[in-house]
Amino acid sequence: MSTYLDRPTVRSWLTTLDHKRIGLLYLFSITFFFTIAAAAAAAMRIALLSPSGDLVASDVYNRLFTTHGVLMVWFFLIPAVPNVLGNFLLPLMVGARDVAFPRLNLASWYVFMAGGFLVLYAILFGGVDTGWTFYTPYSSTYANGHVMLMAAGVFVSGFSSIFTGLNFIVTIHRLRAPGLTWFRLPLFVWGIYSTSIIMVLATPVLAATLLLMGLERAFGVGVFDPRIGGDPLLFQHLFWFYSHPAVYIMILPGMGVVSEIITCFSRKPVFGYKVMAFAILAIATLGFLVWGHHMFVSSESVFAGVVFSFLSFMVSVPSAVKVFNWTTTLMRGSIRMDTPLIYALGFVALFTIGGLTGLFLATLPVDVHVHGTYFVVAHFHYVMVGGMVMAYLGGVHYWFPKISGRLYPEMLARFAALTIFIGFNLTFFPQFILGYLGMPRRYSMYPPEFHALNVLSTAGASILGVGYLLPLIYLVWSFYRGRPAGPNPWKAKGLEWTVPSPPPEHNFDAIPTVTEEPYAYNPEEDP
Amino acid sequence: MSETAAVSAEVRERHEITTQLGMWGFLATEVLFFGGFFMAYALYRHSYPEAFAEGGRHMAFGLGTTNTALLLISSVFVAIADRAVRAGRRGLTLGCLATAWLMGLAFLGIKAIEYTQHVSDHLVPGRHFLPGQSSNPRLQLFMYLYFGMTGLHAFHMIMGLIAVAWLMNGVRSGRIGPSRPEPVAVIGLYWHFVDCVWVVLYPLFYLVGR
Amino acid sequence: MKSEVPMCDLIGIGIALLFLLALSALTVIGPSAGWKTIVSLAIAAAKLVLIVWFFMRLGRHRGLIRVFAAAGLCWLSLLLVLGFGDYLTR
Repeated sequence: MSTYLDRPTVRSWLTTLDHKRIGLLYLFSITFFFTIAAAAAAAMRIALLSPSGDLVASDVYNRLFTTHGVLMVWFFLIPAVPNVLGNFLLPLMVGARDVAFPRLNLASWYVFMAGGFLVLYAILFGGVDTGWTFYTPYSSTYANGHVMLMAAGVFVSGFSSIFTGLNFIVTIHRLRAPGLTWFRLPLFVWGIYSTSIIMVLATPVLAATLLLMGLERAFGVGVFDPRIGGDPLLFQHLFWFYSHPAVYIMILPGMGVVSEIITCFSRKPVFGYKVMAFAILAIATLGFLVWGHHMFVSSESVFAGVVFSFLSFMVSVPSAVKVFNWTTTLMRGSIRMDTPLIYALGFVALFTIGGLTGLFLATLPVDVHVHGTYFVVAHFHYVMVGGMVMAYLGGVHYWFPKISGRLYPEMLARFAALTIFIGFNLTFFPQFILGYLGMPRRYSMYPPEFHALNVLSTAGASILGVGYLLPLIYLVWSFYRGRPAGPNPWKAKGLEWTVPSPPPEHNFDAIPTVTEEPYAYNPEEDP
Repeated sequence: MSETAAVSAEVRERHEITTQLGMWGFLATEVLFFGGFFMAYALYRHSYPEAFAEGGRHMAFGLGTTNTALLLISSVFVAIADRAVRAGRRGLTLGCLATAWLMGLAFLGIKAIEYTQHVSDHLVPGRHFLPGQSSNPRLQLFMYLYFGMTGLHAFHMIMGLIAVAWLMNGVRSGRIGPSRPEPVAVIGLYWHFVDCVWVVLYPLFYLVGR
Repeated sequence: MKSEVPMCDLIGIGIALLFLLALSALTVIGPSAGWKTIVSLAIAAAKLVLIVWFFMRLGRHRGLIRVFAAAGLCWLSLLLVLGFGDYLTR
């Protein structure tokens, strides 16, 4: 039987309109960018082994963390679940033959790559030392390096985000199979839908902000320029209007992935399905109202600080609802501790820590103490890496049999998942303590009393690195040599599991009609 | 046979709604894209009302008003073209699109005249801004936003001209016609939106301080 | 076979738009005043309503497209209200 992987010519891949192939194109691209960004992180951790920071000059160190931040945020975390798994799975999950605008989908990948190469060029020929946030007036006036090129790369890749988000929203609205009502959609689709809303409505503000910053740098005068009465803080407002919701672009589809995995491996329907769906939407909406908590100490008004602090606390309500519902779903399930579930449980644990420390940071007086320290670094790595990357890897493992038609070595995969979990905690938990003790972020040197904790963190990072390397090796191997998986190795529910693995190019021979409620699992059944 | 025709009409309509939804979503994006600039405008106008009033008096009021009229009338033609293409009136469609296209071009021409005038009046922000005059430095912010926002709008106009030229080509060759009319409506949405942006920019720049 | 294209309504809207433009241009007569800003912005809003409702056919569309159209404005107001709120309370 023919599958979407037939006809393996380069030309057919580069001109494909098949959402599954485009998903894989993204998979290769973001893995490439991830590798570079991870190498930058490794170099930083090695440099931080000694307090004197004599491995790399401060200037190089600044370029390293900018490279790491820009690539990880815009070229790995944001496209990871939506553009790889979302592209591959969304049409399968809603029972469609493709997304609503297949050509726009391919264009979005090319736009993404164009942005990526601009950024790579900027990194190779001098780098940028502003950090991923490009704060003015440093970025617009003082920074040396290819700020404009890098901002242009991010600007361009933003359009890829917008196109993909638009495509997904219209697909979910218009191309659902008969009988697939909104409340029969998998929670993964809800996650993708909410993420797409943010992509479509927040990304353009980032584009405008970077445009204004770039113009100011190009002409030596601009709207953030205090000499003519401009306010540099306006940049921060506009930047965080995008970049805080962007955090939810990263985490919401991860929550969708985790919901799929937990319900499948506990053989129970998701507890409180509708609440879960509304919680995702609520997080997406509330996420737009909290950006000011990045500016508590940058002369934002106290009143605005109080309002943003309060709104930030509100986000924790739907987030906590989700955590409780996942744990309740697990309760009395017949649990099978396979690799995807290990990742999903890792997500729940680490996301909870990341979320709770987020509340510390959203508290005005506490933030004054820990703002700009490693506490912040640890917090968002718990959410981004501990949460998002765990969910992404869990999803890649869960749907790998569908994507490749083959199984990976289970024991090795479990070992890798545990290695990542341990390595991650060893890397980032010490950073909470470092930050609480007052070690500022973004410095290549530090007082000797922080030495031990930094060595611990670097040791954890090397374990984490091994953990990431393992799946890279065995998944590639399994793609060609793994045991055939069959259409549904996990006995999972959902339309994507009703088609052969790997799926045929047109997905469904006949468009299915859905009559079943979502996640019709039965714990009594053979797990 | 009439049954298959009915089915294909239904498929076509479903398809048209899908494309229109896509365009409306894109326009929502555009609103937010201009939103960053509107935020800056609101903030600085609130902070420096005198500078903005002075800036408004530097604007070419007559040219700006003419341009607004041009865009409004071009939108009428685009709206008529949408109906004409559905009625199978190829000549009328082409005529309306061509008129709208020419009006868009005229808009850009007038904009270019204005820009040239501002340049020779030394109103471009930067080191050469009104040399030898002790002008309000905040005036530069106004001019910066003026060039930024109208420039961005002009860029959208150029995109619109390209899109309408593509439409005309399609209508001429018959690819776009009564059996496939939706590109006219979808690109029309974009054209009207760009018109809407200008309708807001007009009072913000040409009527302030008068 | 050529059918008639009804276009009186479109031309009527066009005339209304030009009338509004003239009205708004007339506000420049006389010394500048605060109310003029409000009037000219209100006129711009009226023009937008006409264009969006009739030319962009929002009046004829089902709920979904209206929601899409409203979303952009709604999110823009979030940006303006919360962002501006900070400056007003400094």
